[in-house]
Amino acid sequence: MHIARPPEEVWARIGDPARIQEWFPGIVSSAVDGTTRVITMASGLPMPEEIVTHDDVQRRFQYRITAPMFHEHLSTLDVLDAGDGTSVVVYAADASPSTMALVIAGAAGSALEHLRDTMEGAT
Amino acid sequence: MGRKILLVTTDQQRYDTLGCNGGTLARTPVVDRLAAEGIRYERAIPQSVVCMPSRSTILTGQHPSTHGVWMNGVPLPVDAPSVAEVLHDAGYRTALVGKAHFEPYVDPFMRFTENSMSRTGTTPPNGTHRGFEHLEFATHGAMGFLHYARWLQQEHPEVLGQFYPAVDTDFQVNSAGGGDTGAPQVSVNEVPREWYHTDWVADRTIAWLDSLAAADDWFCWMSFPDPHHPWDPPQSEVGRIDWRDVPLPAGYPETAAEREKLLDAKPRHWRLWYDGTLVSNYEAPAKWVPATLTADQVREVNARNAVECELIDEALGRVVAAIASRGWADDVDIVFTTDHGELQGDFGLLFKGPYHVDGLMRLPLIWRPAPSALVTPAVVRAPVGLVDLAPTFCDVAGVERPSWMQGGPLPANAHAPAPERVLTEWDSELFGVAVRLRTITRDGCVCTAYKPGTVHDGSEGELYDLADDPLQRENRWDDPSRRSLRDDLLADLWDAQPEPRVPRLQLEAPV
Repeated sequence: MHIARPPEEVWARIGDPARIQEWFPGIVSSAVDGTTRVITMASGLPMPEEIVTHDDVQRRFQYRITAPMFHEHLSTLDVLDAGDGTSVVVYAADASPSTMALVIAGAAGSALEHLRDTMEGAT
Repeated sequence: MGRKILLVTTDQQRYDTLGCNGGTLARTPVVDRLAAEGIRYERAIPQSVVCMPSRSTILTGQHPSTHGVWMNGVPLPVDAPSVAEVLHDAGYRTALVGKAHFEPYVDPFMRFTENSMSRTGTTPPNGTHRGFEHLEFATHGAMGFLHYARWLQQEHPEVLGQFYPAVDTDFQVNSAGGGDTGAPQVSVNEVPREWYHTDWVADRTIAWLDSLAAADDWFCWMSFPDPHHPWDPPQSEVGRIDWRDVPLPAGYPETAAEREKLLDAKPRHWRLWYDGTLVSNYEAPAKWVPATLTADQVREVNARNAVECELIDEALGRVVAAIASRGWADDVDIVFTTDHGELQGDFGLLFKGPYHVDGLMRLPLIWRPAPSALVTPAVVRAPVGLVDLAPTFCDVAGVERPSWMQGGPLPANAHAPAPERVLTEWDSELFGVAVRLRTITRDGCVCTAYKPGTVHDGSEGELYDLADDPLQRENRWDDPSRRSLRDDLLADLWDAQPEPRVPRLQLEAPV
């Protein structure tokens, strides 16, 4: 997702794991304790996660969903510098069962569109 | 005061499950009477053989390529055209009760209105959603976030565990078998009949109708989730039909050798699925191998399916009686149809997928015009499409058909203008498997071209003559004597392709 805002500004919005509910529609709250985060979805379902990478230099955030419904999961969020004062945000999700990867990817794609619209609208 | 419209849809119901269409298993006197009083269509064809694209066609009056819902899991945009909106704007009261499925069900983030509305009630926040001012949603069981599931959770939690789990722990369509034969998606359900979704849909429809003023014009889409699998009707009703007495369907080849010979004459994904070496779509259980299907399993599935059809017919009878009790009997058009069919033993297969044959493509369709319209009962043999429903509703309501509707009004008799051709399409891209079909039904033939994908190279196809091969057993795609016919049908097929939506909508969930 291309966002016409500087990468530092985009990272400031999405790099804080405790603020995900501010830009990801469908997540209503989050609680971070060390490398553990528990998000609560709009359906009321809690989703425990392990924070794998939180790198403010590379602007990379990785997490694993540890809920039993996932056999495996790793999502990676990168904020890349497009070189012209804008950013490219990449949200990659690998998951087993593969059906859940579709659900995560669909929601994440929608969240990035929401992020772009709110950040670009905020200029 | 104008004509009111009751659209009744079921889910995944075959043409031959109704008595008026020659069915002998299920007793369907209510629909049979509507057919006798109205117009019975002998070849109604969906524009897609899976739920979300087909239902979107009913609502928009557009082909899947145009409305953009190219496979299950692709949500119909909220601002998509809607015949309900056209009617609402013309002063009609509008409701949808039961299964909508314009939006994905697997939605833990509650991104889609169909899932989130059960928390907020039955009236959309903005007044209407897709043109409906009242919405109460249900699907095949107690899972999920829809109104019916929430009602069960709140009022009858003791029966939640009775319903067959539609998906397994991998969130794949469940392959677990049950009943007497171990057939997939068959299960014993001890839910009392009055709590089953078929009766719930009728009850909620009647409640909405009761809320209207006598002079209101209304359009109500009553959408039953059955007889779509799982085949778990209330156990109290299963004894209506002993599966041991059920004859095998004409389309079921009884020996493995016969099945394999028939499948080998079709494009390769047929046999690959049968053997369990290819899963091309989400709608059938991924872990189930069709070659394991037994004759007794076909009998038990068909018996339970017929019970579900009978329950629908009886529920519809209650709604028809409620309409009469309001004094509306002469002024209501009733349309009965479904979104697509079910293989139900044809070629030794169950469920659905990229298979454009009668089991999935020949649908029940009855239009009983309001008696006050004095329409003569008729049987229409010409092919028509579900894309023709929305324009028909506009004509019934006396409102101008919007230019974005791609179909035309249903012919009201055998001599009325009918579509020159009916088109059906399939696109799926799931877990590395891409399949694309384009089909034309015209001149008594069904011709399907396969576009290049991961299974087909673009040269494959199917051609069936419906008159001398009603079970579509003989693929004449490569028959030299039919070559000119095939070329003519293909030329027409490609010339008539509907305008595609650009950019293509994204797949956002498995279903």
